[in-house]
Amino acid sequence: MTVMEQRGAYRPTPPPAWQPRTDPAPLLPDSRPYRVLGTETAAQADPTLLRRLYAELVRGRRYNAQATALTKQGRLAVYPSSTGQEACEVAAALVLEERDWLFPSYRDTLAAVARGLDPVQALTLLRGDWHTGYDPHEHRVAPLCTPLATQLPHAVGLAHAARLKGDDVVALALVGDGGTSEGDFHEALNFAAVWQAPVVFLVQNNGFAISVPLAKQTAAPSLAHKAVGYGMPGRLVDGNDAAAVHEVLGDAVAHARAGGGPTLVEAVTYRIDAHTNADDATRYRGDAEVETWRAHDPIALLEHELTERGLLDEDGIQAARDAAEAMAADLRERMNQDPELDPMDLFAHVYAEPTPQLREQQDRLRAELEAGAEADADADAEGTGR
Amino acid sequence: MTTVALKPATMAQALTRALRDAMAADPAVHVMGEDVGALGGVFRVTDGLAEEFGEDRCTDTPLAEAGILGTAVGMAMYGLRPVVEMQFDAFAYPAFEQLISHVARMRNRTRGAMPLPITIRVPYGGGIGGVEHHSDSSEAYYMATPGLHVVTPATVADAYGLLRAAIASDDPVVFLEPKRLYWSKDSWNPEDPGPVEPIGRAVVRRPGRSATLITYGPSVPVCLEAAEAARAEGWDLEVVDLRSLVPFDDDTVAASVRRTGRAVVVHESGGFGGPGGEIAARVTERCFHYLQAPVLRVAGFDIPYPPPMLERHHLPGVDRILDAVERLQWEAES
Ligand SMILES: Cc1ncc(C[n+]2csc(CCOP(=O)(O)OP(=O)(O)O)c2C)c(N)n1
Ligand SMILES: [Mg+2]
Repeated sequence: MTVMEQRGAYRPTPPPAWQPRTDPAPLLPDSRPYRVLGTETAAQADPTLLRRLYAELVRGRRYNAQATALTKQGRLAVYPSSTGQEACEVAAALVLEERDWLFPSYRDTLAAVARGLDPVQALTLLRGDWHTGYDPHEHRVAPLCTPLATQLPHAVGLAHAARLKGDDVVALALVGDGGTSEGDFHEALNFAAVWQAPVVFLVQNNGFAISVPLAKQTAAPSLAHKAVGYGMPGRLVDGNDAAAVHEVLGDAVAHARAGGGPTLVEAVTYRIDAHTNADDATRYRGDAEVETWRAHDPIALLEHELTERGLLDEDGIQAARDAAEAMAADLRERMNQDPELDPMDLFAHVYAEPTPQLREQQDRLRAELEAGAEADADADAEGTGR
Repeated sequence: MTTVALKPATMAQALTRALRDAMAADPAVHVMGEDVGALGGVFRVTDGLAEEFGEDRCTDTPLAEAGILGTAVGMAMYGLRPVVEMQFDAFAYPAFEQLISHVARMRNRTRGAMPLPITIRVPYGGGIGGVEHHSDSSEAYYMATPGLHVVTPATVADAYGLLRAAIASDDPVVFLEPKRLYWSKDSWNPEDPGPVEPIGRAVVRRPGRSATLITYGPSVPVCLEAAEAARAEGWDLEVVDLRSLVPFDDDTVAASVRRTGRAVVVHESGGFGGPGGEIAARVTERCFHYLQAPVLRVAGFDIPYPPPMLERHHLPGVDRILDAVERLQWEAES
C-alpha cells in the first residue's frame, strides 16, 4: 500500500536499530610515533635484547654496504638497500618464533638474513640467479616478493590456514608506503580482519615509492589510521628506534598468537640510499632532508642509549663491528664465485611433470647446446691444429 | 548381484559430487568463494557443502577476487588444497595479478619447493542469455600463462572425473565450467561416478572418416549435432573433445587429422589470438603432408561479447560449422 492509499494511517517509523560494528577508539593509533630510546621507557627495556638488536643493526648496516658494493662490481644485478631501515628489518625478524612465517618484499633481504637465512641465498634473486635461492619452508621465509603488496594476501591465507589446523603460527608481512595504495593491500587487510587471522602487517614508511613522496600516495591522517577502516588496531612507531619497533611488533605478534587477530603497524623511517643502485635520488629530494634523517640514525640512537647506560663499551662496539666485517668478507668471497646454472632447469619446475610440449622444447634446447659445444670443440681443435 | 540403474544427472550435480567426494577424501581440500556457503553458489555447484563440512571448509569470503585467490595461495603454502570459485568468467579478471604473478609461477620460482595445488573453478562461455560480463570465454588468457593447467569438461562424467583430477593435481588448474552445459543431462551413476581422468588427454567423441572437428567445452555438443547433420551431406565427421587445453594432447589430435586429412577447430572464444590459431598451427606442423585443405577455424567474432539478444549470431552454430566443412576443398577428392 502506498502512503496515499493509507489515507493518513501511515506513521514514519525509525530505521531498524543500528550500532557501530566495533568501537573505533581502541583501534586508533597514537598521535605521534611511539618511541622508547631517549625516553623514560628505555630504562625498562631488556639490556640483553638491546645488545642483541645493536649487534644485528651493525651487521645489517654492513650487509647493506656490502651488497651495494657488489652491485658496483657487477656481482648483483640490482640491490634495493635498507640502509637507515635496519631497525625495522631486524626487529621484524627477531619478534618471530621459529614456527612463524616472514613475508618479505624485494627490499627485505636483511630481515630474511636476520631470521637466519644465508645472505648468499637471500641475494640469489638479485644476482640474476634463480628467482628464489632458498627453500621457503626451511626458515619459513616466503620468496622475496616484487609485485607490490601481492605478498600480503599470501600472509593472510597462510596465517588463516595455520589457525584452521590448530597451529599457533603467526605471519608477519612487510610492505612499503607506496604498496599501501595497491588493491591487494586493501584486500589483504580486509580478509585478515574478517577472518581474525593471526597476521601482522608492517608498513615501512620510508618516505618514498621510488621518487614519489607519501603526500602523493595517500590523504589518510597516517598509514596506521587505515587499520581502523578494517576493524583492526593501527600502531604508529618510530621506525628508527629498534627498541620501540621490537616492542610494538612483539605486542602485535603476541596479540595475534593469542587469537586477537591482525594488527597494522606503520614504522616511520627513511630510505637513506637511492631506491636501488640504478636510481638517482638527487632528481627528487634534497641533501638537507637526508641529513636530518642521518641525524636520527637507528644505530647511533641505540649505541647512545647503550653506552649512556654502561651496557656497551668500546670493546663491545668493536666486537659487533668485527662480527659484521667477518660476515661481509664471507659474503664477498662467496658472491665472487660464479654460480653454476643448468639451462635444463628452465623446464624442470614449471609443472610437477613437464608437459609433452615442454619436453619437446627442452630437447630442442639440449640439442642446441650440444651442437654449440661441438662447434666450440671443433673450433678449439682447429685452433690448436694450426 | 545388484545393478545400479544409470540415472540422468546434470553436469552441475556431477561437479557438486566431485567437490563433496574430494572434501570427504582429503581434509586439506577447502572450497572458498563468493556465495558458496548457505546459497551453494549462484549455480548451486557448492550446494550442501557448507552444511556437510562446516563453514571453515566451505567458506563465503569477502567479495574480492584477488583477495580470494591471494589468500588461497597462502593457504596452499601451508599445505591446504584450496578450490576457489570465481562467480563468473568476467569476474575472474581482478584475480589475474595473483594468478599470473604467483599461482602460475610459485613452483618454478622456488624450483619445486613450493607447489601450489589450487583449483580455480570458472563458469564460462555464452548461450545463457547473460547480460554483459556474464558470457566471456577467457581461455586464451589462461592458455598463454605458463604454469597453469587449463581444463574444461563437456560431459557429465568428465565434469566429475576432471574436477577430481584437478583437485588431486599438485599444480594449479584453471577449471573452466561451460555454464551452458550445467543443466545438460547424461546417464551417470553417482555411486560409481567413473574414473578420475588424467589431465591432458583428449578423447574422440564421435569417430568419423571425412574430417575432424577439434573442439572443447560448450562447443562439443554443437559439433556433435553438426556431425549428425553432416551425414545428410555425405560427410562422416569425427569430433575430438580436447578436455584439456594445457597440457595439449597433440597425439590424439594429430592421429585423428592424419586419419581424416581435414580439420576444423571450433570454439566460442574469439578467433584472433584465440586457441584455434595455436591448434591450427600445431596440427599443420604435425600433419602437413596428410592435410587435403588448410585447417579452418569457426570461432566467435572478434568483438566484445554481444548483448544476449544478438548472441546467437556470435556463437558458432551448426550451420557455420557445416559451411566451414564445405570449404575443406572436397573438389580435389573427386
Ligand atoms: C605492482 C607493481 N607496480 C610497480 C612496481 C615497480 N616498483 C618497484 S618498487 C616501487 C616503489 C615501491 O615503494 P614502496 O612500496 O614505498 O616500497 P620501497 O621501495 O620504498 O621499500 C615500484 C613502483 C612493482 N614492483 N610492482
Ligand atoms: Mg617507500
